[in-house]
Amino acid sequence: MKPTSVPTSVGRSVARKDGWAKAAGTARYIDDITMPGMLHGRTIRSTVPSGRIRAARLDFDPAGFTIVVCTDIPGRNVIALIEDDQPCLVERDVRHLAEPILLLAHADRDRLLSARVEIEYDVTPPVLDPLLASTLLKRLRIEKGTLEQGFDEADLIVDGEYRTGHQEHVYIETNGVIAYPERGGITVRGSLQCPFYVQKALKTLLALPAHLVRVIQEETGGGFGGKEEYPSMIAAHAALLALKARRPVKMVYDRVEDMLATTKRHPSIVRHRTGVTRDGRLTAMDIEIIMDGGAYVTLSPVVLSRGAIHAAGPYRCDHVRIDGRAVMTNTPPNGAFRGFGAPQTQFATEVHMDRIAEALGLDPVLLRERNALRPGDSTATGQLMKEDCSALEVLREAVRRTSFDEKRRAYRGTHRGIGLALFYHGSGFTGSGEVTLASKAALELTSTGVRILVGSTEIGQGTRTMHAQIVADALGVPYESVEAAQPDTGAVPDSGPTVASRTCMVVGRILQRCAEEMRQRLGNLSPADYYAQHGRLMIEREYEKPADVTWDDASYRGDAYAAYGWGCDVAEVELDPDSYEIRPTAITAVQEIGRAIHPGLVAGQIEGGTAQGIGYALLERVVMRDGGMANAQLTNYIIPTTLDTPPMQVVILERAGVHGPFGAKGIGEMPIDGPAPALVNAIRSMGLDVRSIPATPELIMELTCG
Amino acid sequence: MRLILNGQARDIDAHPLKRLLDVLREDCGLTGTKEGCGEGECGACTVLVDGVPLCSCLVPFAQVNGADVLTIEGLGGDHPLQRAFTEQGGAQCGICTPGMIMAALVLEPDAPLDSVRRALAGNLCRCTGYEAIYRAIQNA
Repeated sequence: MKPTSVPTSVGRSVARKDGWAKAAGTARYIDDITMPGMLHGRTIRSTVPSGRIRAARLDFDPAGFTIVVCTDIPGRNVIALIEDDQPCLVERDVRHLAEPILLLAHADRDRLLSARVEIEYDVTPPVLDPLLASTLLKRLRIEKGTLEQGFDEADLIVDGEYRTGHQEHVYIETNGVIAYPERGGITVRGSLQCPFYVQKALKTLLALPAHLVRVIQEETGGGFGGKEEYPSMIAAHAALLALKARRPVKMVYDRVEDMLATTKRHPSIVRHRTGVTRDGRLTAMDIEIIMDGGAYVTLSPVVLSRGAIHAAGPYRCDHVRIDGRAVMTNTPPNGAFRGFGAPQTQFATEVHMDRIAEALGLDPVLLRERNALRPGDSTATGQLMKEDCSALEVLREAVRRTSFDEKRRAYRGTHRGIGLALFYHGSGFTGSGEVTLASKAALELTSTGVRILVGSTEIGQGTRTMHAQIVADALGVPYESVEAAQPDTGAVPDSGPTVASRTCMVVGRILQRCAEEMRQRLGNLSPADYYAQHGRLMIEREYEKPADVTWDDASYRGDAYAAYGWGCDVAEVELDPDSYEIRPTAITAVQEIGRAIHPGLVAGQIEGGTAQGIGYALLERVVMRDGGMANAQLTNYIIPTTLDTPPMQVVILERAGVHGPFGAKGIGEMPIDGPAPALVNAIRSMGLDVRSIPATPELIMELTCG
Repeated sequence: MRLILNGQARDIDAHPLKRLLDVLREDCGLTGTKEGCGEGECGACTVLVDGVPLCSCLVPFAQVNGADVLTIEGLGGDHPLQRAFTEQGGAQCGICTPGMIMAALVLEPDAPLDSVRRALAGNLCRCTGYEAIYRAIQNA
């Protein structure tokens, strides 16, 4: 019989499913795996940003080597994603530095690395400045009301331009895979976020049906978006080599190759022209966004889309126009990175809000209070805000917790500053994305409990743990009796990619429905008893769109997201007048996320995202020279260490949303939206007119010394 | 080359200039020690050599001849620090965790937060913002 009272796990910080193995050092990552007869693979890459290949010459004895060129590709020479415009291997035209041209494999890594390949190019002038780019990767426009009318109602117009740089993910485990021929097809194991993305790309590349392309996620040492689309490329290379060699091939990038060749956060230029009344009411927002997509379309259309939708910030305004462009430059394609366009556009909005407050002589908190979205207001896409709209609550809580007003007064005229940023973040795929994905999730009984079958991956954020809590409580069984299957395209349903703050709210909700159905089927029996009496039972469910969520792709109007999380960050900084370094001294993050399924995991997301945001704001400068990252090493691309991160105060507010499991909304991305504008506004409070990031000592010196 | 590895005397036959990291992972099968950058910046490959935390990616094998080398596997899985990392969420993606734990091993019990920060300054974590790591160490 089923135990009558099972302790609930939702809302408690239960032990992580993967905690012990990771602390013991026994968790198995891709580079920890070897296979009999395994070769090592290497990618030969372009050394120019733009040109045409004239000749390629192998400067080594090819005996014992496997060599793959683009004509070896059995299917289409593309990495299938949105537009299918990016080749797996260059055929003739090079569009960016470090673009893959040919592939080598050898059993001996030293011999592999010493093999020289000479490539001659007819070099063409590259386009490196997005403002000079003539090729559009995507354009979109969001319109609400009539801009002219809004400007007519204004007492003052404030304009400004804001810039953000590239950001490198620096997951501590670099990209890596092992590919091997299996059962007439190919199997790839790797460090990745989205096994079904890799499967889709390999099907097209290799002209194989789905059942002959198997993709398995191994323990993954961080992703942050950097293992969303790029693993399709490295998997494609390893698969081509493995099929030609008929042996397993491992490819694991070293740090330099990973930083030089893989994706980064899109740099942005955002221009605001805002009408405002003397008492601080926003009457018109005219926003222009330019994102540097790099050399191929890849994910730029959707990064731009999320960026544009968040560009007006969590504010009400009747007259809004947002005009977004993603343009092509001859640089490695930029791609998914936690926040996916929203950190760039909300940086601009929040620094601009402080500049509006400065122009009006108004308190920055008051300006935000006056304009913050409230239930009943609508966003730029016309989405009506419901009861879980918490912009004012997070703002007031953050101001109260930090004694913001008092400190702002006390720090005036000193080398200390305090600033804040108010932000929001949509959970799940944008617009009709979740309907198109039609994600599936399943549960199956085991002899001891129940197993979760999802394509969602554990990349450190706590997927296995959080999903198991949802299932345990919905099914009424102990958390310990719920396990998660390894993501394997041959064994689990496609739950959509592990991106977009959707793994808890969207996939977790499908799992909750599976568990509710299973609970009915079990009747009074425990999972183990049912299994013993009746055998196998599997329940699979598909995403169901909430009836009250509507979106129109053609007009770009409607409910852009099923739910939003809300956040307010307060940052305190100190300026070192000798070195011009900005040292963050305290940061407070107040975030409303519906329901914290696991408060410890939620705090982990907020603390980790905040630290990444600190790096983005102050330290992380990708130096692009001749189209490539000149500082592609951890020696001179600086991410925050223990000494660069200030004490953090994390405040989790809960105001249940209606669509997620147990009221949960997304949390993965939102924490990185706030730190950069909060820190820059803190610097601005010292009288330094910073409008771009990273705010390195060089920039501060320039502003100080003129 | 002869050394004490995780408490046991071992004779290991490997090239004297091979990185200690590779000897541990490839010749000894101790894959708990991770490579993050290969240039001594991230600390994922931290091991103790005669009680001192070092980046094993920067140490040629010859240098540990006769030394006492301790890796994450030498802690046995039930060390108070390992338990605390598990309980406090000190490990997210887990790739920096073995190195973090090895670096934290040399801290005095009840070390103040400032000392913890300084001891871990050579170990990068991109997931946690370090806060849960401090909680783990201070609760171990």
